[in-house]
Amino acid sequence: MSGVVTTARRGVRVGPFAAVWRRRPAAVAVVALVALVVLAAVNLGRGDFPIPVSEVVRILLGGGDSADAYIVTELRLPRTLTGIFVGAALGLAGALTQAVVRNPLASPDILGVTDGASLFAVASVVLTGGAGVAGLAVSPIGTPLAALSGGLVAAALVYALAYRKGLDGFRLLLVGIGVSSASVSLTTYLLVSANVLQAGQVLTWLRGSLASRSWENVVPAGLVVVIGLPVAIVLAFRLAALELGDEAARGLGVRVDRARAGVVGVAVVLAAVATACAGPIRFVALVVPQIMLRLSGGSRPPLVGSALGGAVLVVAADLVARTVLGEAVPVGVVTVVVGAPYLLYLLVRRTRRRTV
Amino acid sequence: MTSDATRVRLRADGLQVGYGEELVVGAGSSDGGEPGLDLDVVENTVTAVIGPNGCGKSTLLRAMARLLAPRHGHVLLDGERIDRIPSKQVATVLGVLPQDPVAPEGLVVADLVARGRHPHQRWFRQWSPDDEAVVAEALEWTGTSAFADRPLETLSGGQRQRVWISMALAQGTDVLLLDEPTTFLDLAHQVDVLDLVDRLHRERGRTVVMVLHDLNLAARYADRLVAMREGRIVVSGTPAEVLTESTMREVFGLEAKVVPDAVTGTPLVLPIGRRERRAGDRDVTDS
Repeated sequence: MSGVVTTARRGVRVGPFAAVWRRRPAAVAVVALVALVVLAAVNLGRGDFPIPVSEVVRILLGGGDSADAYIVTELRLPRTLTGIFVGAALGLAGALTQAVVRNPLASPDILGVTDGASLFAVASVVLTGGAGVAGLAVSPIGTPLAALSGGLVAAALVYALAYRKGLDGFRLLLVGIGVSSASVSLTTYLLVSANVLQAGQVLTWLRGSLASRSWENVVPAGLVVVIGLPVAIVLAFRLAALELGDEAARGLGVRVDRARAGVVGVAVVLAAVATACAGPIRFVALVVPQIMLRLSGGSRPPLVGSALGGAVLVVAADLVARTVLGEAVPVGVVTVVVGAPYLLYLLVRRTRRRTV
Repeated sequence: MTSDATRVRLRADGLQVGYGEELVVGAGSSDGGEPGLDLDVVENTVTAVIGPNGCGKSTLLRAMARLLAPRHGHVLLDGERIDRIPSKQVATVLGVLPQDPVAPEGLVVADLVARGRHPHQRWFRQWSPDDEAVVAEALEWTGTSAFADRPLETLSGGQRQRVWISMALAQGTDVLLLDEPTTFLDLAHQVDVLDLVDRLHRERGRTVVMVLHDLNLAARYADRLVAMREGRIVVSGTPAEVLTESTMREVFGLEAKVVPDAVTGTPLVLPIGRRERRAGDRDVTDS
């Protein structure tokens, strides 16, 4: 362009696709990807039988000792991959909800998905277990399915209760907190009424754990991320207009309610599947998009960046849990320790800004 | 060309709009007024809607911009029902600047103005050299190029409003609806923004409808005034036809003296409050 191009914006074109090229988010995403690969390699090497990182890399590239290869690919890879996909799904779900509700506090945790999923999962164990099913209380398929439906039901309930001729972000948060609290108290009631064996198993699940994940856990989480990310990127086109408020977005030709329902729907499915695969891992969806937003700049959390950041956080939390706190500590405990102070910080910062 | 000059771009036909139970625009009146509001917006004119607070002028504008669905009646854009045209297509012909729009924190000026190109884009084509040229030109035209890379929240109210108008300009629509574009601005910036609107009309041939509070500025910048009260149009026409002492009484319940504006010759409304009336009475008794 020889005209008056006043901005530093440049376009990038790949075939029929064209978008504005932004260097900072791209750089942040690359750094996150590198960090993820390194963390994953270190995590795969850790365990009762330590394997050096160089050996892990060799195995992943198709070489290495066959006994080590078995340990890495069959025993440890599902755990790390589940962590990566669950983290990515949560990060992405958080980025979508925060952008569409225009509030950094909005996340699937607060919109009822996580607690709804927990309630249904616990109910499936306690209520069927109470009928006298012997053996393992937490079933590898039944529990995730119950969690998935619980997350979807809770989100649908929140949406229906908060909808009144349109969706107001603040009302959505309040209703979400209400539904979450109700789910938590029902969950507690079920736990109290369960027998000790069941309660113990359920509690481990409730803390969000990557322990003894198998390929059965990897596949659904992987699928939902692989499908969810492109769908989110397509839907996110309308987020650019939605961000300016309902009226301005309508003025730009966006059908606001439909666009918003689509984005929230994708986020809910991502979060519900993630919870079904690894139990409730809290605060990832809340914290990661905001951190990535601050690193990347711009007006709303980056989608790819948040997915990568979520994966980094969950794998790092898993590594920390196993290295520092011992093998038995579930990853969800670490994310809560990181996330709770951050939530307080966000609340204080927002309150201050409103009063000044 | 005469037929073109009087072409109706936007029409309200028996419009009734409300929130909840209450009808804000187009209710019938107790003195036998027919329900439903009619309004024609002619090509290449500037129309200002005036009236007291709560008279439904913003509601009317929002219904005309298809932001609110009317209870009865229709809005016609170029003769076609606006609710039957795909919203995205409408957005290439009709632009709207809501009252007091809010940009998200961290959004830089160039990115906001680029959002005006949204109706012309698809998810896989979110940028084109054409878009970039239009955005750069819109920034240049409103004198906001210098802020292109600054977050919107670092600008003053007047600068911000210029940026929003740049966005509307980048949208490239023939018809532009502005809901109180001068609220919260000091007098100098009000004039500044309205000068910009005037240039949009004169240099770009845009058809503009705006809600304005300041009657004297409305008289200066609009070809046509529409005075509303209680959801109904009381009178409409040229500023000289509308801004009369009797209309002031009827529409605003205000005693006023209307004199020619010393600068432009358009009507200038000088309100007569209770204080002045008392002073006038005293003058009479004194003499």
